[in-house]
Amino acid sequence: MTHLSKALMMAAVLGLAACTNGNRFDNEAGAGYGADAGAGSGIVPGSASDPASPAYFSQTIGDRVFFAVDQSTLSPEARATLDGQAGWLLSNSDYLAVIEGHADEQGTREYNIALGARRANATMEYLISKGVPASRLKFISYGKERPVEICSEEACYSKNRRAVTVISMGLGS
Amino acid sequence: MKHVLVLCLGLLALLALPVPAQAQNGPLRIEITEGTVEPMAYAVPDFVSETPGAAQYAQDIARVVADDLTGTGLFREIPREAHISRITSFQSPVQFADWKAINALVLLTGAVSEEGGRVTVKFRIWDVFAGTELGQGMQFAATADGWRRLAHKVADQVYSRITGETGYFDSRVVFVSESGPKDQRAKRLAIMDYDGANVQYLTDSRSIVLAPRFSPNGDRVLYTSYETGEPRVHVLNVGSVQSHILQSGSGVMSFAPRFSPDGSRVVYSVTSGSNTDIFAMDIASGATMQLTSAPSIETAPSFSPDGSRIVFESDRSGTQQLYVMPANGGEATRISFGQGRYGTPVWSPRGDLIAFTKQNQGRFHIGVMRIDGSEERLLTASRLDEGPSWAPNGRVIMFARETQGAQGTSSLYTVDVAGRKLTRVRTPDGASDPSWGPLQ
Repeated sequence: MTHLSKALMMAAVLGLAACTNGNRFDNEAGAGYGADAGAGSGIVPGSASDPASPAYFSQTIGDRVFFAVDQSTLSPEARATLDGQAGWLLSNSDYLAVIEGHADEQGTREYNIALGARRANATMEYLISKGVPASRLKFISYGKERPVEICSEEACYSKNRRAVTVISMGLGS
Repeated sequence: MKHVLVLCLGLLALLALPVPAQAQNGPLRIEITEGTVEPMAYAVPDFVSETPGAAQYAQDIARVVADDLTGTGLFREIPREAHISRITSFQSPVQFADWKAINALVLLTGAVSEEGGRVTVKFRIWDVFAGTELGQGMQFAATADGWRRLAHKVADQVYSRITGETGYFDSRVVFVSESGPKDQRAKRLAIMDYDGANVQYLTDSRSIVLAPRFSPNGDRVLYTSYETGEPRVHVLNVGSVQSHILQSGSGVMSFAPRFSPDGSRVVYSVTSGSNTDIFAMDIASGATMQLTSAPSIETAPSFSPDGSRIVFESDRSGTQQLYVMPANGGEATRISFGQGRYGTPVWSPRGDLIAFTKQNQGRFHIGVMRIDGSEERLLTASRLDEGPSWAPNGRVIMFARETQGAQGTSSLYTVDVAGRKLTRVRTPDGASDPSWGPLQ
């Protein structure tokens, strides 16, 4: 990737973040953030309003992407989310990430572990293709062992077929 | 030795030489492989208590024997309220007319004594219509806390003498005990008698544990644990309850382990990147060997009982299907061709059948097929059945069934290979991933 396209991508990410941030402030007006709070005045370091925080990563950029039944290909929507994740990881180079792959309950236990690994690996490979050093990334599969939604319907299954990028502080920081 | 010899001769006479009285009523015999069987009527009066401390054991042992036999679906107990005769002494002659009158084909009589914390049970099996004893009486002894095993041993003898096959009641099952809601489920390895009694826990619930598998002689258990953060194959010594990771190395996910029939090798899956393949390890030397190398998911390997072949699942065709390959890898032959997806194949200890989980049109089934894939038979259907495990005699399968919805829980069930009798195994909490151990 060229420096120019990296820079463009970063700009895009920041633009997106700023926009989403505005929405968050509106939503949380009752929690002490004025809707007119300017940049620098309402940002609590480490909170979801701090663009360098893991909370911002998970809540504003989006820490997860979703998959079709028995598939591990990334949808255009998933790619857009991962573009944001890559940008964040590139500008916050102290952090490491573990990508956790998951499956819904409609599958046998062993196969779902392998399927979750495919999803997590596809996610990790995409982040690497966007310039995130492979040394900062690893993945793990939980198969169907850790659902976030518990109903036995597609509405829940679609939320459980996911890869979640979990941020942690690097050892050198 | 003489005792064993007499027992064999007795059976031979019964099977090979139709005595007129027996021919008239048909031989006292159940063929397990027949699709529909009229359960054989039998009576089990309370066993006779021969010492002051044995009364409760005498009752309880007879009840466990009856639960074992009736639970097979092959036998039907004549209720005790219908009995005419009372058995008050193990030695007294049996009044066959009284048992004929209530249509009992088989009568089981027994006696229990207790002395110094040791329980002894003796029993006799009677062919009511022939008016003869079926084989020879036997006795078993154990410490008092092992009284259920005594009952299972008696039931195994009854089962074996009437079906001509080895029993499975005196056996244990290792499984995953589950508690808590679906999104915070706590899992522990546990071991129990085949009927759900005497549950003991082998691990705590700090890490996810999955799919334990007994060694052929029941001394060890392979399982997958997330203790190090990643799924890794562990091996646990049942006696000492100590476990260790089978294979070291970081960044490697390994799972779906199973022992070879001689207990010296382990087959399992390893994930690298998006690819999952099957490996084998010699336990003594730690030497590993890669058995598959397709870019697809290859997992859930299971040895044939002679150790020469491995059945496994692969999605190399686009969906999960079953394949058989030589035990050291090589060309694999696909054996499943029906509609839907096939997974978790397990080779029967008899060598004749492969049990599997099948998904088709939103339903899950436990089924069996011959080892060439022919004669597929589905034994169950529900929204989530999976993980079959064979009874040591290859005639019954235990599996896990999860109920629907947010409150869904998993339970263990057994079903016989003919699909006649489905029975829930009572466990204290939820339960999944059963692995049926050997006859003890």
